Amino acid sequence: MDYNPALPIYLQVMTAIKHDIVVGRLALGEKMPSVRDLAIQYTINPNTAGRVYKELESEGVCFTRRGMGTFVTEEEEKVLQMKEEMAGDLISQFLGGMRRLGISREEAIGLVARYQSKADADGNGK
Amino acid sequence: MLECREITKIYGRKTAVDNVSFKLEPGKIYAMLGPNGSGKTTLMKMAVGLVKPSSGGFYYNGKPVGPESRREVAYMSTEPYFYNWMTIKDVGQYYDDFFDDFSMEIYERLIQRMELSEEMKTKSLSSGMMAKLKIAVTMARRAKVYLLDEPLNGIDLLARDEIIRSVLEAAGEDTTLVISSHLVDELEKVVDAAIFIKESHLVEMCGVEELREERGKSVVDLYREIYGHGGEATC
Repeated sequence: MDYNPALPIYLQVMTAIKHDIVVGRLALGEKMPSVRDLAIQYTINPNTAGRVYKELESEGVCFTRRGMGTFVTEEEEKVLQMKEEMAGDLISQFLGGMRRLGISREEAIGLVARYQSKADADGNGK
Repeated sequence: MLECREITKIYGRKTAVDNVSFKLEPGKIYAMLGPNGSGKTTLMKMAVGLVKPSSGGFYYNGKPVGPESRREVAYMSTEPYFYNWMTIKDVGQYYDDFFDDFSMEIYERLIQRMELSEEMKTKSLSSGMMAKLKIAVTMARRAKVYLLDEPLNGIDLLARDEIIRSVLEAAGEDTTLVISSHLVDELEKVVDAAIFIKESHLVEMCGVEELREERGKSVVDLYREIYGHGGEATC
């Protein structure tokens, strides 16, 4: 994984894990690796890995069972919420990029619709 | 745990280490950074008592370092230190005789994972294989402190991955690891803090995540600032 040099590493690993949960690569209630294995998996510092779990827990994305380790949340609701947050982030990034190009929100939405119908016509859309 | 108190080392007319002080905590991994000749190796050798400081000293759990502390402090030097006739198995036995905390079981596991075999003679090893052997034999000690001098130098990417993995496996709540290198990029993600040495001085010591959170920059960025054109530390 490539890390953004300006952002804390723990935040970037948290995002990667949330992404894995949203796309189903990590299932609801699945057991997560130990702190050390997480550190090895992402090639990060073990204390950073510990912080990743602590923060994910405080956000309700993961929970610990005493003596058994860390698990992915069992609440479908939480996953939908994360998915919405991620979609929101992508949209605000997109709109921000459009604004910097001098394209208004309405124009941008129009462009998306046009792009989509063109893609459909070319047989690439879904 | 391991503390460097106002150490200066003078070789003839050259000051190799100039009034350096820092404290290392248990449960943390440190990168010791700086170009060749900045004083990193001299510092590490003084930390295990192989070189005597001109003034000041290294303290382990409050006591001056020496034969006593060497039982708990594992040091890997840059130069190879095995006899030519030794096989990889001999190297393990040699260490097993020397150090009470050496684990043959861990050694054999590391050797196997690094795709070395016990019958290989040390003189026939490539530089990458030698680097892996040095790491395996050092990390097979269940030491409290590991000082690794340039473990990533001159070896390919895959061997580096193996070495970093062994380092992460050895890291524990009560162990301290120090890795010297000028391969900043690869170390940044795995260490808690970086110690910057420049021209015999300690320029700065800072936490990797704190640097990102508080100053919005990476260790690589800071390295460029410190060692780049006329670079001076900002704090």
